[in-house]
Amino acid sequence: MDSNLYEAKADKVFKFFVYLCLTIALIVVLYPLIYIISASISNPTYVNSGKMWLLPKDITFEGYRLIFGNDSIWRGYLMTVVYTGLGTLINLLVTIPAAYALSRKDFYGRGLFTALFVLTMFFTGGLIPTYLVVRDLGLIDTIWAMVLPNAAAVWNIVIARVFFQSTIPKGLEEAATIDGASNFKLFFKIILPLSAPIIAVMALFYGVGHWNGYFNALIYISDRDLFPLQLVLREILVLQDMSSNNTTMTGEAAQLIHSNQQLAAIIKYGVMIVSSLPVIIVYPFLQKYFVKGVMIGSLKG
Amino acid sequence: MSLGTTITNKSKDEINLTKVKKSRLKKILQNWQLYIFILPALLYFIIFHYVPMYGIQIAFKDYVPSLGFLGSEWVGLKHFERFFNSYYFWDLLKNTLGISIYELVVGFPLPIILALLLNEVKDGLYKRTVQTVTYAPHFISVVVISGMIIAFLSPTTGIINHIIQFFGFEPISFMTDPKWFKTVYVLSGVWQSTGWGTIIYLAALSGVDPQQHEAAIVDGASRFQRIMYINIPTLVPTMVILLIMNLGNIMALGFEKILLLQNPLNLEASDVIATFVYQAGLLDAQYSFAAAVGLFNAIINAILLIAVNQIARKTSETSLW
Repeated sequence: MDSNLYEAKADKVFKFFVYLCLTIALIVVLYPLIYIISASISNPTYVNSGKMWLLPKDITFEGYRLIFGNDSIWRGYLMTVVYTGLGTLINLLVTIPAAYALSRKDFYGRGLFTALFVLTMFFTGGLIPTYLVVRDLGLIDTIWAMVLPNAAAVWNIVIARVFFQSTIPKGLEEAATIDGASNFKLFFKIILPLSAPIIAVMALFYGVGHWNGYFNALIYISDRDLFPLQLVLREILVLQDMSSNNTTMTGEAAQLIHSNQQLAAIIKYGVMIVSSLPVIIVYPFLQKYFVKGVMIGSLKG
Repeated sequence: MSLGTTITNKSKDEINLTKVKKSRLKKILQNWQLYIFILPALLYFIIFHYVPMYGIQIAFKDYVPSLGFLGSEWVGLKHFERFFNSYYFWDLLKNTLGISIYELVVGFPLPIILALLLNEVKDGLYKRTVQTVTYAPHFISVVVISGMIIAFLSPTTGIINHIIQFFGFEPISFMTDPKWFKTVYVLSGVWQSTGWGTIIYLAALSGVDPQQHEAAIVDGASRFQRIMYINIPTLVPTMVILLIMNLGNIMALGFEKILLLQNPLNLEASDVIATFVYQAGLLDAQYSFAAAVGLFNAIINAILLIAVNQIARKTSETSLW
């Protein structure tokens, strides 16, 4: 009886410990996010002096007004929408048909093609040779540099292939062939209408990647008119800070950064939210589908 | 008689062979449209992955843009020698390995612990809340994360330094003090990816047979004992696989964030091989030299991956291949 009581107590202590740890984790992750929201609508003086630490103080929408009045942010937003839309469309056009072909057991050469694709996950040309290829193709400073070098991801092709293998009924293809339907007809009339879920998932996967990506733009784009949002953000959030340590920067860039610097103090928190807005909106779907994607990945891996 | 049979056998084989060839050809012809389906992906991988692989040869050449990959002159291991003999070689290697190992030691166990804790919570709403919140940072762009780090850690206006000062300490200039760079990089990574990292472990934990726990309860095992002897052993194969992949990636540091957090004052701690390749190759246009440095990095990585996988295969049941 005594030992039972002791055990129950030990389990209670344990349960308390579990909830304590999780609550700490919750606060540690949540606090910076709440802080950003509060800071974006507070008077910057309070934010910068540390008087605003959780709830907004002296609420002002000046930051947002400046963000919506800023041409380079608008331009960046527009370009990012273009890159995300066009890029995702290309991703789908490449990924979905390839994944379908690879899912067909009667597709001669599927092993070879799969090996060819998967190999690129382990061996790559590296940054420099890839850059030189993109440059030799004349893609530098064009929209295409943002959407072609990442037109497909092996991992996503694998996930889509697993989807086709597990959801398209086996007899369907044979029945269609016997009826004399071509593969084109089969794909467009029967397979595609059944594939809405995987198309949505792939669009989300690729779309978020395009929205958040900055590295391709950094190496392939120098024309300011083509800057995606993330590069504009980099100037506001990152470079303005560095310029205070870096006196070697001169001319136009320094001037630009200086004017950005003053602006940045007011808008930096708001801009973090505005730029993440589309991702925040799709987050509930993302969470559900990305988790599934990780699961399929873990099954295969 | 026997001669006759061999002849017929032979001709039968030939007929079979042609039949196989014919059916293969028929299969290819019948499904020719499937090759059109795969064509865009094939072209993509050839142009943007295999042509650059072919271009790695410039690491052994003096690349001149007008002569191209093929036309440039061979120079052997010149670029590699220059890199190995340079004064920054050991610094780059030390920083790359230092950040990676730090990240692995701190970042690897945390998702496991968080997953084990989450698995103990039976209250659905609380569990879902913790998951929703901790997964969220995974989707924040690396530019915004870097912006957050810089804003929060500012010695004059950042909230972290206000908190430090509140407790009576001196403010720390995290971003300009090389001492702090690795910690800032690793802990911000922990903040961003620990929650997301639990998914794969939670999936493994959901596969535990409830009867095992029931039997353990009957035997008088406490909750802590059940975690130690049932849940953790369940996770071992997943841990081994992820550990191999992490160790194999130790030189392929995610350098997008490092590049953003780097500044002239913390360069001493933040210059890693990948950022050096970017600087030398794309900003200074020393294509061949940078390609050689990148190739060196990739080779070390491949060796590590194979070695770690070999060790895992010898010592445990699990390995990548």
